[in-house]
Amino acid sequence: MKILVCISKAPDTTTKIAFTDGDTKFNEAGVQFIVNPYDEWYALVRGLELKESLGGSVTTVTVGGAENDPIIRKALAIGADDAVRIDTEANDAFLVAKEIANYASDKGYDLILCGKETINYNGGQVAGLIAEFLDYPFVSQATKIDIDGSNVTLECDVQGGSAALQCSLPMVLSAAKGMAEQRIPNMRGIMAARSKKLEVVSPSGEAATSEVIGYSLPDAKSECKYIDPENAGELIELLHNEAKVI
Amino acid sequence: MSVIVYTDINNGEVVKASLEAVYYASKIASEKGGECIAVVCGEIDNSKLEALGNYGANKVVHNANNTTDNGQKAKLVQSIANANGASLVIFSHDFAGKAIAPRVAARMNAGIVSGAVELPQFNNGLVVKKSVFSGKAFASYKVNSEVAVISLLPNSIDIETSGASASVESDSTDLGDSRITVSELKTKGNGDKIDLTEAELVVSAGRGLKGPENWGMIEELAELLGAATACSRPVADIGWRPHHEHVGQTGIAIRPNLYIAAGISGAIQHLAGVNGSKVIVVINTDPEAPFFKAADYGIVGDAFEVVPKLVEAAKNFKA
Ligand SMILES: Cc1cc2nc3c(=O)[nH]c(=O)nc-3n(C[C@H](O)[C@H](O)[C@H](O)COP(=O)(O)OP(=O)(O)OC[C@H]3O[C@@H](n4cnc5c(N)ncnc54)[C@H](O)[C@@H]3O)c2cc1C
Repeated sequence: MKILVCISKAPDTTTKIAFTDGDTKFNEAGVQFIVNPYDEWYALVRGLELKESLGGSVTTVTVGGAENDPIIRKALAIGADDAVRIDTEANDAFLVAKEIANYASDKGYDLILCGKETINYNGGQVAGLIAEFLDYPFVSQATKIDIDGSNVTLECDVQGGSAALQCSLPMVLSAAKGMAEQRIPNMRGIMAARSKKLEVVSPSGEAATSEVIGYSLPDAKSECKYIDPENAGELIELLHNEAKVI
Repeated sequence: MSVIVYTDINNGEVVKASLEAVYYASKIASEKGGECIAVVCGEIDNSKLEALGNYGANKVVHNANNTTDNGQKAKLVQSIANANGASLVIFSHDFAGKAIAPRVAARMNAGIVSGAVELPQFNNGLVVKKSVFSGKAFASYKVNSEVAVISLLPNSIDIETSGASASVESDSTDLGDSRITVSELKTKGNGDKIDLTEAELVVSAGRGLKGPENWGMIEELAELLGAATACSRPVADIGWRPHHEHVGQTGIAIRPNLYIAAGISGAIQHLAGVNGSKVIVVINTDPEAPFFKAADYGIVGDAFEVVPKLVEAAKNFKA
């Protein structure tokens, strides 16, 4: 089983979001970057579990500059065998997916796993784009995958519930909660990660199709209106007459 | 310029998020002086397709293939977009949109913006605002490709209905073979309860409720208000509540009109998934709980005393 897991960096979940350069750039000053949680907790860990039970290898791939190397080492410490970094700026999902698809096209991966979205751009596009570029079947928001020979069974979240599916390899999926449990790297993993191969490859030169031209923050909330807990029932009146939501 | 909108159906009904997408697409089409064309895949009554006119669709192109393969659906959407010379394709950013929209973008070499919260602007190319950083900020994206794909964040726009009817055209594009088969569809086992992702009102609770046996009052309040129930992450992780109720940065993101949070501290990761809610009510014993900073209405008090009072008031309100 040859498995490719797409890994992206994301600001730590406690990051205070601020912008610079006239609100055109995310302010990275002092920001701690982590492996995007959906990539790490679900896609990577399920990839490792499949490899452990079926044999094979888990490679991670990241599009971006050397500033991604620390999070790539973290993925290696958790247990990936090796890593690839496609050395170009990850300007949009289209470019990222096309670069990954171009790289993967002649490598014979059986399974390509992505997280369902990044917690910074919340696009959720990369997995589906890769699937179409490679003309592979795609399961979006998968919560379960089991492989038995050529028989692949999955579960995914759908409108109003979940679906049990059958698919064949090679395929692409985006992983959601339920897929696996987070793994904390141990000392041995961290030591081993230092000598694992992180190959830097040149991009195929794809262009982005979109760009961010500005950021903004939500309007500040108006003051919180406090209600006496003794007369909590008043809230229902306020929600009806003042807020007009019920 | 025609605007294409993929319109998802579930159990023979158009899903609510898709009605919003149809309305959104029709607004763009009328600004551009073009037609709004809804694409529907799967079996559904013709009357329900005509009724899409009510939400702004001029024409509905219907392919009765019941496929569940997003690759086949993407092929259908592209073929209809091409046949109509459309350069803009709209989806809802819901389960179906997340599966199909990126495939359509790849097929059409299109820039894709997912999670749009407003109508696009056209005075400097196509620019559209979307939610980023899990609801903590917005970004304006400019699409530089000839074709653009936009998916609309559910519950971001208000829709108006017109009473119009759409013309329905049946389509028989050959979608090739399906590579995905569904062996079983499971509903969440919550009977007629409102689905959290579609809910306009949500009642949520956290670790402050002390144990799963105390959720009765939360469910009762939700039922009285016609609301869905949700919870914080630790509550789902320790198994007090099902995982599909977990909202926040690593659960699901919701944007209801009303979010009532009892016994939830308001950690930044929780807020990320709910701060798009129009009105937030926080019930917490701790006046310093961070959630109050994001609240419209706050009650500093014990959920075990406050929630039953709300249940009473909701009963009176309904009566
Ligand atoms: C990477 C990462 C991702 C995360 N993602 C999410 C996420 O998606 N969603 C999420 O929810 N969390 C998430 N978390 C966890 C988050 O940081 C908080 O730990 C969590 O939200 C706290 O849940 P809580 O408010 O239910 O519990 P607590 O923080 O324990 O708060 C309980 C609250 O209840 C109040 N309380 C106690 N008794 C009562 C009473 N009788 N009546 C009224 N109030 C009472 C307390 O004052 C307190 O404010 C994430 C954390 C990390 C590190």
